[in-house]
Parts: sequence; C-alpha cells; structure tokens
Amino acid sequence: MSSAQASSADNGVNVAALLDARAALTASPEGARFKWRASSEWLHGTHSRASVNSFFGLGAEQQHRQTFRYESDHPELFAASDNGATPVEFVLVGLAGCLTAGVAAVAQHRKIQLKSVKATLEASMDLQGILGIDDNVRNGFDGIKVHYEIDADATSEQIAALVAQSQKRSAVFDIVTNPTDVTVTARKA
Amino acid sequence: MRAGRAVDVVVVGAGHNGLAMSHELAQRALEHVVLERGEVANSWRTERWDGLRLLTPNWMCRLPGYAYHGDDPDGYMSAGEVVNFVSGYAARMSAPVVTHTAVTRVAPHGDGYQVSTSRGDWLCRAVVLAGGAFNKPVVPRVAAGLPRGVQQVSAQAYRNPAQLGAGAVLVVGASATGVQLAQDILRSGRRVTLAVGEHVRLPRVYRGRDIQWWMLATGVLDQRIDEIDDPERARRVPSPQLVGTPERCTLDLNALRAQGAELVGRLTALRDGKALFSGSLRNVCTLADLKMNRLLDAIDQWIARHAPTGEVGAAERHAPTDVGRSPRLQLELGADIRTVVWATGSRPDHSWLDVPVFDRKGALAHDRGVADAPGLYVLGLPFLRRRKSSFMHGAEDDVRELGTHLAAYLDRTAQPRWAGLAA
Repeated sequence: MSSAQASSADNGVNVAALLDARAALTASPEGARFKWRASSEWLHGTHSRASVNSFFGLGAEQQHRQTFRYESDHPELFAASDNGATPVEFVLVGLAGCLTAGVAAVAQHRKIQLKSVKATLEASMDLQGILGIDDNVRNGFDGIKVHYEIDADATSEQIAALVAQSQKRSAVFDIVTNPTDVTVTARKA
Repeated sequence: MRAGRAVDVVVVGAGHNGLAMSHELAQRALEHVVLERGEVANSWRTERWDGLRLLTPNWMCRLPGYAYHGDDPDGYMSAGEVVNFVSGYAARMSAPVVTHTAVTRVAPHGDGYQVSTSRGDWLCRAVVLAGGAFNKPVVPRVAAGLPRGVQQVSAQAYRNPAQLGAGAVLVVGASATGVQLAQDILRSGRRVTLAVGEHVRLPRVYRGRDIQWWMLATGVLDQRIDEIDDPERARRVPSPQLVGTPERCTLDLNALRAQGAELVGRLTALRDGKALFSGSLRNVCTLADLKMNRLLDAIDQWIARHAPTGEVGAAERHAPTDVGRSPRLQLELGADIRTVVWATGSRPDHSWLDVPVFDRKGALAHDRGVADAPGLYVLGLPFLRRRKSSFMHGAEDDVRELGTHLAAYLDRTAQPRWAGLAA
C-alpha cells in the first residue's frame, strides 16, 4: 500500500462513534429505523419555504440544534421571481452533501488526511418532459455528472477508491439511482 | 419413539466436504456414517448446467490423501469429471456412505442427536453438515411480480439454452454463474442483457499463470476469517467472474460486451410491465476494477520480493470496464425480455435442522464451522474458516481442524464404561 498515508488523519469525522453505532445497531436493529422529515409552505408563485427540524431515530424523537429553512423557486427565465434554488438543484445539493460526507468518513476510516474536497455537479434535463411536449421524455434528469477534485495524502487509486466507496454507502446516491415508492396524499384544510 | 441405529458421528452429504470429513474421522478411528440423499457428488450430477467447469485448475484439486493425477494439470474439470474425481475418492477410501437416504430431520436427543431419514433413524453424538452452500437458489423478491408470460429459470435449474423459449434473455447477477450463463445463452444467438450489481472482476491468467496460482502463492486463499476486518461482509463476497475453458479465457464484462451482451445495473424493481435497473452500474464496475488492480498490485509486489522460479510474464493492467455510453435503466417485460435467468446466489438448505442454531436472518449461527449447539458442525460455506473454504482444495485444512475439535468434544463428553456401575 502507499507510504503516502498519514499515520493519523483528522478529517473531523468521529469514525470511532460511527463504528460504535454500527455495532450497537447490529445488535438492536429497531434502533436503526429512522424517519426524515421536512415541511413546506407555499408563499407565492413558484416560491415555497421549507423547514427541517425534527426526525425520528434510535427509537425516539430527535431534533436538530435549530430549525433550518430553505427557499425554493424558479429562475426568471421561467417567468418566476428566483427567490431560491430550483427544486431540482436541491437534489444536486443533497447528492453533493451526502457523497462528500462519505468521502470524509471513508478517508478518516482509511487514515487518509484530506486537504480539500471540491465537487461540481451537473444534471441534464429535457424540458419537453415537464412541459408535456413529448411523452417519451421523462420529467426528471436524464443523467447526473459529479466530478471531484480532491487533494489528500493518498495515491490517485486511493482517491478513486474513496469516491467509489462513498457512492456505495450513500443514501442520496441510492435514492437517485434506484426507484423509491412515493405516496402523496392531500386534504382540504 | 422408534430407536435408531447408533453411531458416534453422522455426516450429512457425500460431496467432497463430507467425504473429506469421513477421511479425517477414519484417520482418528471415529465411528461414523455419511448419509447421502442421492449418489456421491449428487449436486454435481443433478444441479449443474451442462457446460460448467470448475473455477480452479486441475492441479489445485486435492482432498485429504487424494490428488489429481491426470494428464491435464492446467485444465478445469467438467461437472462429470468432478463426479468421477469425487466418486473415485469415496471408492478409494471405502467411505461408509449410505446413498439414497435423505435426511428429513435432525433434532437434539439425549446428549446427542436423532437423525431421521427417508430410510430410518440414526442416533449419534455429533453431526457434521456437509450438504454444501449451493442447495437453494436465492431469488430476489421482485421475481414474484414477473408476469406469467415471462419464463423464469434459476441457475440451479438451468442446463442449456435449448431449455429457454425463443427471444431475448435477462440474466440477473454477474458473479461467476451469471457471466457464464450469459455467455452460454449469447452463443445460442439470443439477445442477452446482464443485470450487474457488486461483483468481483479477475483475469483468468496473469503474468503467464492462472490467477488461482497467484492467489494461492501469495497467501490470499489461505487467509483466515479471524484475520479479516469484516467477516460477515467477506462471507457475502460473490464468486469472481471466472470461467474454466481450455483456452483459459478471461470472462469479464468487457469480454461479454464484445460478444454482444448489453450491460444494465442491478435489477431493482418491476413497475408498469417494465424491469427497472439501478443507475449505479458505473460505480459497481469502478469498485471491481479498483479491487482487481489492488490484487494485481499485491501480486506484482510479491513477485518483486520472492522472484518465483519459472517464467513470469510482464506486469499488465486491463482496460477499465466499459459499460457503454448510456446504459439503459428499463426494459419492457415481454418485448425486451422473454426469459429471466436468476443467477442471484444460493444458500445452504438446513430446513430439516430442528435445532435452535439460527440467527435472526435464518442463517446457521456458527464460529468457523462450530455451530452454536454442542457436537454440531458445518463445512464448505464461503469463507467458513479460510478464503478457500468453499473450494475443493479448501476442505483439507478445515476438516483437519474441525476434526480435532470434534474428537475433543467426543472425548470430553464420553460416558466412562463403568458409569453405570456407580449407581
């Protein structure tokens, strides 16, 4: 293996705690069942505000340190007022956050010191789908490209392996690459 | 209750594992019987496709006190040749095999076990499960949703392409079995799509020698399960993409694509008459390419340190797996897929084992072959004790060590002959 590995790396990820959690949740699998939540309210036009606060896990209700709020809207060329990122861009934000967290955790576990990790993401989409022009065109992305620039005490192969392992264990990567059953209900308030 | 015949040890299954254990027990003069539902090497007679050959070369095929002596050491045995090899072993050592005797139940009885069979019962003090790891196909839950018009065949039931209806075939799974069946079916002229999840890519030959030669020489095959960071994961690693052919061909995904196979990601769901595939195909291929290259790096380093005798070819690296420009994410059932072949793995059949030794997922709980019940042992599972445990040449070390454990157990629990006199 490479001699470039630092004998101890600190990427700010508490791998020991993660490994402890893995052991604990192997023994009590019901604690591993989480529920993630967001709520959202329409403001005007295509502008909505979403907030994230509570989630469920380890058998109990949990809370973030604070409520996080996100504005979503559409750009002006869609005749919207561009008060926030387009919802499809939030998908890219989620994918980047998840993959990069994975890179840091895997690097920590493999004792690889990271210096910088930069990702650029691009998703292509044919608007003929959502505009109903062509039924053969899907609404969503027809592909996502993620590119990482990583500076670390590691060989190119080790860096490639970090990124590959991160994809293998990423929730958002799984969500965008595999089908998910979605139930949407509505009620008159 | 009907009394059964009594014996110290019952070995269930007369394949290479059961016979190797029989050899070990005979060496220790332990009284035993080997119960076999069919003939010796039954699975090799009845549950293998026509073109199957071993993944290990002939020179590697050895069992305790028995080795390959044919004139093709670099070849790979066909299923029929394996039957002959294993039957020859049983005959040579006069193994106490009782054929056509299917075990229907094993349950605790006194200090030992009662083994019920299609031909009467046995009472024993210890049981060795040697039925192999590949009895029952593991088919994903989505199989239940396939429309009736689509033919389904498991790898265990597959024999040759003539068995399949006309039209395009989806082979699910790209381990040794999946890639071999994909090639077999491609050669019949059918269109083949291969659904690829995590897999292990290996070249058949590296630097002039069989990859298994290097894996044996470098100690990879002898690696023990207790030296591994994550033993559970190591035991789930699928069998490598290898095939045994006279030409010693590599059968990786690039080779299959060159022969006309289309690659798609893991089969994830059936919806609206379509099969949906994961968008993770590129990453599973990258993972396999990186892992293969790490193994080849380790072999190169070993060669540099040890300078093995004989000719050694130049180091080489293989082209990364090419999945095509945009792998398809869905196929129409019926139109694009007339037949699905499940090459999605297998598991041992312990359904007749009436002993509380199963974990919450229903798998037999054991520590390197010593089951979680006194006097109960299991053999031949992937990475049971060593990486080679599920290979034929892997039986020898495992039966020696488990035989030692078993003999000590019998000694420890033996009733002294005078036990009755004290009363």
